[in-house]
Amino acid sequence: MANKFIVATAPHMHSPLSTQRLMRDVLIALAPALAVSAFVYGLDVLRVTAIAVASCVLVEYLIQKFLLKGETTVGNLSAVVTGVLLAFNLPANIAWWIVVIGAVVAIGVAKMTFGGLGRNPFNPALVGRVFLLIAYPAQMTSFPTPVYPGYVDAFAGATPLAALKAHAIEAGNVNLVNMLAGVMPGSMGEIAALALLAGGIYMLWRKVITWHIPVAVLGSMAVFAFVLAFFQSGVSSLLYELPAFHLLAGGAMLGAIFMATDYVTSPMTAKGMVIYGIGIGVITMIIRQWGAYPEGMSFAILLMNAVAPLINKYVKPKRFGVIVKK
Amino acid sequence: MKTFPIGGVHPSDNKKWSCEKSIEVLELPDIVNIPLAQHIGAPATAKVAKGDKVLTGELIAEATGFMSANIHSPISGTVTAVDMQLNGQGLRQMMITIKREGDEWMPEIDRSAEIKRQCNLSSTEIIAKIKQAGIVGMGGATFPTHVKLSIPDGCKAEYLIINGVECEPYLTSDHRTMLERGEELLIGVEILKKALGVEKAIVGIENNKPDAIQSLKKIAKEQGYDVTIEPLKVQYPQGGEKQLIAAITGREVPPPPGLPIHVGAVVCNASTTVAVYEAVQKNKPLIERVVTITGKDMKEPRNLLTRMGTSISKLVEMAGGLPEGDVKVVNGGPMMGRAMVNIDSPVTKGCSGVSVYSGDEAHRVEPSACIKCAKCVEACPMALEPYLISKLAKKQMWDRLEEEHITDCIECGCCQFTCPAGIALLDYVRLGKQTVMGIIRARAAANAPKK
Repeated sequence: MANKFIVATAPHMHSPLSTQRLMRDVLIALAPALAVSAFVYGLDVLRVTAIAVASCVLVEYLIQKFLLKGETTVGNLSAVVTGVLLAFNLPANIAWWIVVIGAVVAIGVAKMTFGGLGRNPFNPALVGRVFLLIAYPAQMTSFPTPVYPGYVDAFAGATPLAALKAHAIEAGNVNLVNMLAGVMPGSMGEIAALALLAGGIYMLWRKVITWHIPVAVLGSMAVFAFVLAFFQSGVSSLLYELPAFHLLAGGAMLGAIFMATDYVTSPMTAKGMVIYGIGIGVITMIIRQWGAYPEGMSFAILLMNAVAPLINKYVKPKRFGVIVKK
Repeated sequence: MKTFPIGGVHPSDNKKWSCEKSIEVLELPDIVNIPLAQHIGAPATAKVAKGDKVLTGELIAEATGFMSANIHSPISGTVTAVDMQLNGQGLRQMMITIKREGDEWMPEIDRSAEIKRQCNLSSTEIIAKIKQAGIVGMGGATFPTHVKLSIPDGCKAEYLIINGVECEPYLTSDHRTMLERGEELLIGVEILKKALGVEKAIVGIENNKPDAIQSLKKIAKEQGYDVTIEPLKVQYPQGGEKQLIAAITGREVPPPPGLPIHVGAVVCNASTTVAVYEAVQKNKPLIERVVTITGKDMKEPRNLLTRMGTSISKLVEMAGGLPEGDVKVVNGGPMMGRAMVNIDSPVTKGCSGVSVYSGDEAHRVEPSACIKCAKCVEACPMALEPYLISKLAKKQMWDRLEEEHITDCIECGCCQFTCPAGIALLDYVRLGKQTVMGIIRARAAANAPKK
C-alpha cells in the first residue's frame, strides 16, 4: 500500500468560499441593474460595459505579465467587477476612448501601483470615475435621454439631483415610482434603484456583504434629509418625500450597496463599518445640499476610504469575557 | 434555540457516514503502547518495569502531582518495554509497551451489565475515585477531571454543564455514547452534581442529534433525573468550553487567566461523564473509549469501543483500509485534529476519532492575496481580528500581538476555514500565541519575588 501521508496543521477543511466566487456573486448581483439600464438606455449600455470590462482586465493582465513579470490573477474576476462598476458610473453615450482612459486610471493607477488586489487604499472604479469627472466634465455630465418607450422628461434634461440643485424641480413633486424603476437620466448603473436593491439582497443572502455599510449609508442619508426637510418646511409631506428622493436619486443605491461595500477599502469590524457608512451618508448629503457638485457619493466614499485605516486602528471588537459596566 | 453570541462558522458536519453505526467492541489488541503524557499537566510516572505482569485495569503509571493523571493497563499481560517510541506526529515520547496474555481484570472492577443507580459517597470520596481512575476530558482537551471538580477557594459552582455538542465535523463517538449509554450518562450527571454540590445540570446537545436529545429527555423523565436537556442551534465551535457556557448561561468566561468556575460553571464532556459513572459505580478506570473512524473514502466508517494503546492502524484496517494515493490521517476531526505521520501510534484518552482525507481534500487550498473581506473577523468566536494578528505574527511584532489579545485565541480554526483567499491564518496566529505566552511566562518568572 503506497500512501503518501500529507501533514499540515488544522483546520483540515475549508469552506467553499473563494475570492473568485465572491466576485462572481457581485457580478450576478449587478446583472439586474445592467438589464434595467439596457432597457432604459438601449444597447449603448452594453457597449460601454463591454469596453470598460475588457480594458480593465487587459490593463491588469498587461501590467502583471509585462511590467511586474509575475503571476497573472485576472481569473479572480476582481478586474471584471471594477470594469462593470466603472461603466455603471458613466453616461451611456460616452466616447469609447474616455472609457479606456478611465480603466487605465482605475486599474493602472488606483490598483496596481499599490500592489494590486487587496492593497489599494481607494476604490479603483471611483478613482477612475472621479478622474474622468475632473478631466472630461462636459462628457461626464451630459446624460442621454432614456430611450424607454413613452418616456416623459420630468427633469429638464438633467439628472434629478442636478435639477434639484438648479431649482428646476421640487423634491416633493417628483414621481418616486419612476425613480425607483430607473426611468430618469443619470449614469448607466445608478438609475435602477429597485434592481440595485435586489442585487443587494442577493449579496446579503449569499453572505457576500453584511448589512452594516448599506444600512448605515442609506439610514444616515435618510435621517439627514428628514432633518433638512423639517427645517425647510416643518411638519409636511416633505418629511418623507425628501428622504425618499435622496435615497433614489443619483448614486445613493449604487454607492451604498456596491461601492462603499468594497472589501479592500472599507473597515474590518462591524462597528467600524457603521461609523464608515454614517460618514459616507453625511458627507454625501453635505455635498448634495451645500457643495458645488449636485452629487457627492463618489467623493464621500473616497474620503471615507482614506479614513478606513484609522477606523481599523481605533475601532476594535468588544473583547470576549470583558464585562462592560453600565 | 440557544447558541453562542459571537462569530462561528457552519462547516458541513459529514457525520452521516458514521452516526447511525452502533458502537462495536474492537477485538483486543495483542500489543499496546501507553504514552505517559496523554493529558494536560505533568506526565505520569511509570510504576512498572520490563518483565512485570499486569492485569487489566491495574495502575501502571501514577499522577505526578495534582495536575496530572493516573494511567491503568488496558489489557492483561507482560510489560515488554518502558521506552521512547514515536507518537502520531513522529515525535519520540515515553511509552509503556504491554504484550497481551488473555484478558484478566482486576478483581474489584464490576464488569456486569447491571446499571447501578444508587451512590452514597460524599463529594470528597467521589473526586478521589475519579482521580484514582485517571479520568481526563475525553473531548480532546484531556484536562484532568479531578482538577476541574476541585473548586478553588472563593469560587462557587452553580452550573454543571455536560458537553454533548460534538461540534467537530465527522466525529460521532459522543453522539453514539449519549444514544446507547443514556442512563449511565445521567447517573454520571447525578454523581458530578453531588461532587460539585450544584443543583442545576444542563446537557447541551446540538440540534443535528435529535435522536440523542429525545432519548435523554425520555430517560430523564421516566427515571426522574433532575437535569435539563438543552438543544442548541448548530454552529461551530459550540463545543468550545467558553462558547458552550456562553450559549447556555449567557455568561462570558473572563479572558486568561479566567476560568469557567469564575462564572460559576463546570463543563464536562458527555463521554467523560459516562467514564465518571463507570469509575465511581463500577470501579472501572479509564482504559477504553469509543473512537470514530471515518472519512469520505473509507469503505466502512465505524464507532469502535477501543482499548487505550491500540494502534490506530488497527482502526483504519477495520474501516476498510486507507484509500489510494495522497491521504491525510487526522487524530480528531477536521477543524482541530492533528495530522499524523505515524498511524502505528496508539489511541489515547483524548482520541475521540480518526478522520481520513484523500485526494484534493488532503491538501490545503492555494493561498492568494488578502482582500480584507473581514470574514475572519466576523467568524472569530473570541472577537479577535485574525487578519491582523496573523500579519503581526508574521512580522514578529510580539508587543503588538499582546495588545491585540492574541492569547485569547482558542485555535478553533474558524478564520482559516472561512478565508476566501485560502490564507493559512492560524499557522501564524499559533506561532504568535505560543511566543507571546512564552514572553508572558518569562516576565512573570522575572518579576516573581526572589526567595
